[in-house]
Amino acid sequence: MSEDRSELSTRGEEFLQLFDRGMEFTRELLRENEHLRRRLVELEDEQQNAARSPAEWEKLRLELLTKIRGLESEHASLRERLIEVESQSRDFADRHGAIAAENNDLANLYVASYQLHSTLDLEEVLRITIEIVINLIGADVFAIYLLDTARQELRAVAAEGIDLGRVPPCPIGEGRLGRTVGEGVIRSFDEESGESGDPERPLVCIPLRVEGQVIGAISLLGLLKQKRGFSALDQELFNVLAGHAATAIFAARLYSQSERKLNTLQGFIDLLAR
Amino acid sequence: MERQRILIVEDSPTMRQLLVFALRRLPGVDIVEAQDGMDGLRKLSGDHFDLALIDINMPVMDGLKLIGLMRGEDELRDVPVVVITTEGAVQDRERALRLGANEYLTKPIQANRVLSLARSLLKRD
Repeated sequence: MSEDRSELSTRGEEFLQLFDRGMEFTRELLRENEHLRRRLVELEDEQQNAARSPAEWEKLRLELLTKIRGLESEHASLRERLIEVESQSRDFADRHGAIAAENNDLANLYVASYQLHSTLDLEEVLRITIEIVINLIGADVFAIYLLDTARQELRAVAAEGIDLGRVPPCPIGEGRLGRTVGEGVIRSFDEESGESGDPERPLVCIPLRVEGQVIGAISLLGLLKQKRGFSALDQELFNVLAGHAATAIFAARLYSQSERKLNTLQGFIDLLAR
Repeated sequence: MERQRILIVEDSPTMRQLLVFALRRLPGVDIVEAQDGMDGLRKLSGDHFDLALIDINMPVMDGLKLIGLMRGEDELRDVPVVVITTEGAVQDRERALRLGANEYLTKPIQANRVLSLARSLLKRD
């Protein structure tokens, strides 16, 4: 009997504990419900206030417009910078191209003058002059003349693309070549001549001068098939030939004469020594 | 990067000097000169080259003959060849390309053109 009573008491306590926990949970739910209801009311108020306040809307609009204007200004500034950088880049590319072309021209001029002064042998100087005219200028018919001072006429000593025997002597002051050499300046007749190959109708006449004195001339008579007219570099090469080929020829002839004189003198000395 | 070798086969010292001037702008390149086709063939047979620039009109052995011989040799068949010549006619160009030249340049040459061809054939683009 007492055991039954004790078991009943234990069950009663368990039930009471369970009931307390249920009560506590219900209170929590009520608190949460109250909190959510208040938050809902707040949000409804905010929403109603925002919709009801044009000043707030205007403020927001102005802020956004200021931001948009700032971004637009930044965009415009970046575009300007981009255009500036593109322009600078084009300038650099142009300058690079111009410098490369100038380097190319200078290399041609350097090689021409270097080669012309690399020997004191007249035949070699003439050969190098021929190489320059063919390879660097692009002429395939031409003649190189030296001045016969006694007769005052130019005599061909080398020719390319035409038999040397077919190139007649040219008196100073006569014909295109003779007149040009008489004046002492380089002249182009390419627009009048076409592709003649005729020694009487040169495309370009280049007097060879040392210290103002004419010692010979180069007469260009025809160009390589692929060569179309003369460039600024060609004009510079004409000047190099007019000056440096002349000096090289003059030096080679002097050297040859001095060699001959030296040999003659040596012969005399040998004769006297016997 | 491994150094590359270019052979210039040209009888004119003026042209050789001009080509050396142009090609010296390429970094990591060694340039060897030959003065005619036979000299060129000797140098090609004795060493490895990545590119050959060959003139057509030369004494002893002309450029076309050299290209023909190169294309018949297993070791030289794949060496890229640029022909540099005064001959500007279409048939000259076609003949050289048919024989196995990769590019055909006519004189007077532009150093920039030589450089860009060399870069492209040496696969440096």
